[in-house]
Amino acid sequence: MTSVAEFTIDYRRILDPQGNLVAPLPKFAEDLDQVIAMYAAMTRVRVFDTKAINLQRTGQLGTYPSSLGHEATHIGVGAAMRPEDVLAPVYREFGTQLWRGVTMAEILAYWGGDERGNDFAVPRHDFAWCVPIATQTLHAAGAAMAFKMRGEPRCALAYIGDGGTSEGAFYEALNVAGARTLPVVFVIVNNGWAISVPVAAQTASRTLAQKAIAAGIPGVQIDGNDVFVVRQVVGEALERARRGGGSCVIETLTYRLSDHTTADDASRYRPQSEVEQARAFEPLVRLREYLLRVGAWGDAQERSLLQDCAFEVESAVAAYLAGDAQSTDAMFDTLFAALPAHLREQRDAARRYAVKRNGH
Amino acid sequence: MVEAIALAQAWELQHDDAVVVLGQDVGANGGVFRATAGLQSRFGAARVQDTPLAEATIAGLSVGMATHGLKPVAEIQFMGFMYPALDQIVNHMSRMRNRTRGRLTCPVVIRTPHGGGIHAPEHHSESMETLLCHIPGLRVVCPSSPARAYGLLLAAIRDPDPVMFLEPVRLYRAMRQEVTDDGRALPLDRCFILREGTAVTLVTWGAMTLETLRAAAELEVHGISAEVIDLATLSPIDSGAILDSVAKTGRLVIVHEAARNVGLGAEIAAIVAEHALYDLQAPIQRVTGFDTIMPLFKLERDYIPNTQRIIDAVRVTLQ
Repeated sequence: MTSVAEFTIDYRRILDPQGNLVAPLPKFAEDLDQVIAMYAAMTRVRVFDTKAINLQRTGQLGTYPSSLGHEATHIGVGAAMRPEDVLAPVYREFGTQLWRGVTMAEILAYWGGDERGNDFAVPRHDFAWCVPIATQTLHAAGAAMAFKMRGEPRCALAYIGDGGTSEGAFYEALNVAGARTLPVVFVIVNNGWAISVPVAAQTASRTLAQKAIAAGIPGVQIDGNDVFVVRQVVGEALERARRGGGSCVIETLTYRLSDHTTADDASRYRPQSEVEQARAFEPLVRLREYLLRVGAWGDAQERSLLQDCAFEVESAVAAYLAGDAQSTDAMFDTLFAALPAHLREQRDAARRYAVKRNGH
Repeated sequence: MVEAIALAQAWELQHDDAVVVLGQDVGANGGVFRATAGLQSRFGAARVQDTPLAEATIAGLSVGMATHGLKPVAEIQFMGFMYPALDQIVNHMSRMRNRTRGRLTCPVVIRTPHGGGIHAPEHHSESMETLLCHIPGLRVVCPSSPARAYGLLLAAIRDPDPVMFLEPVRLYRAMRQEVTDDGRALPLDRCFILREGTAVTLVTWGAMTLETLRAAAELEVHGISAEVIDLATLSPIDSGAILDSVAKTGRLVIVHEAARNVGLGAEIAAIVAEHALYDLQAPIQRVTGFDTIMPLFKLERDYIPNTQRIIDAVRVTLQ
């Protein structure tokens, strides 16, 4: 008997939960301004997240998926991507989107029930939130196909959750990305839970990263609460893809510190002790510890940052709440490039019976 | 007709760099029905590409490509294999423009064989147009001759929105017709009046135009003048042309190969009932496939409506 295929899955971490370096400092992190920028962005999305949940609880926002605990993965990915690259998000990766230029007001608009939130002013080419699980991975592969055909040095990056890796579309996307050497990177955000189903009940696979192997592309598992390693590994993957090296899978280990969404109650299925344990590994604390240790951060900066974030969030919320409502025409106006006759009739009917509304 | 479909794709590949043909076996093999014959050798393996054997991949890649500057013309090898692609078609392709308020769009054509009658294996003879017509944001087109296949496919590829292009397998080789390869498109969202008449309106599409035209010819021998309308674009329906015809004839028979229950015939009947009830001199008749599973091929001719069934339905309207 001979072995015809072998594989290993590496695990990488740079910053441990106490903020100690356990691997060489990446080049970008030698510039402390960049590290502070990432810390600020992680704080910013957390402040936003808290406010968004409050808005939902007070009836001013629809169902909202918290990103609490995912900040290092989301900001690390955002910092690793280039503006011209394309993001195919799921629906929770607000940190990456904010980094790339999507605004808080747009996020609130969409989750407040208004499609205009998907009409990002920046970046125009990123995909919108994708609710049907795993379908976005094929869109990223398709965009990557377009870049490859035109010879553009651009990449697509698709997010997917741990539960999403059970979907057929995910395997199909990996397969075609491998078969056609596409410049697309898949980031599996393994936060432990697919609503109420833990990873162990999802798959017998030892890691989710190894799902790449069957598609003939590399897979790696990293500490998803360590922004240094996320930015470093995603950056390496994107540059490899950009040079024609093809696709890869990066599994970021993190933890969903929140409910699945505001419509969920995780206490029904998840022990609180597990959540408390996970808090010790959360991403902001370790980065703050690191910044304090290297003398780049202090209480004054922290207070000032929190004030700035609160001001920005409040301004965005005010803009969101003051926004005008869409008319019923909006259901029809962008369905087709030109509206067919029967829909013009239906649009007129909708106008006649429209609910009177003013803003939110 | 199959050569006309290849000609239209070749024209667009030649004249629009954004057009990409993709699907299973569309490359070196030229498609299992030869609808992409010769395209890969002429335009290269990047612009005419074989995909992995995965329908969701074909549709999902098309969404990604179309939102980033390409115009995919995708083939789903048989309509019975389209279901894995429906997730992408329903949840993304049809709604991309609307949900991004026009920021991202999906100018995709999905070509797929439609209907039975060629002794194909199980799952190869379905007529599922109703499923597609029910999806907001999609156009559904079904040609009934080589010239209309050529002109409508050109229009479909040039359309800025997704078009499902259903190709009646019975017509692929049944009908020979000279097609002028001049890049001239035919209009979408319009019926074609295949035969003018005064006593009854027959509305049909795709391969059923054959039996319907035969029925009309036979009825003429008996002094009954039937108007035959090829719906051509199944969604949205060209209501005006149908209503004009019914205003003239006062009678309507709808003929389709697909099953009856909640079929497209019901929608057409409802449109006429809503807008032209008092033009009708007799109840509307439907001649359709049965609400059964499409049988294996020994019985397929008993499933597909034949000329006599159409004639009998017309006679009911004349009683």
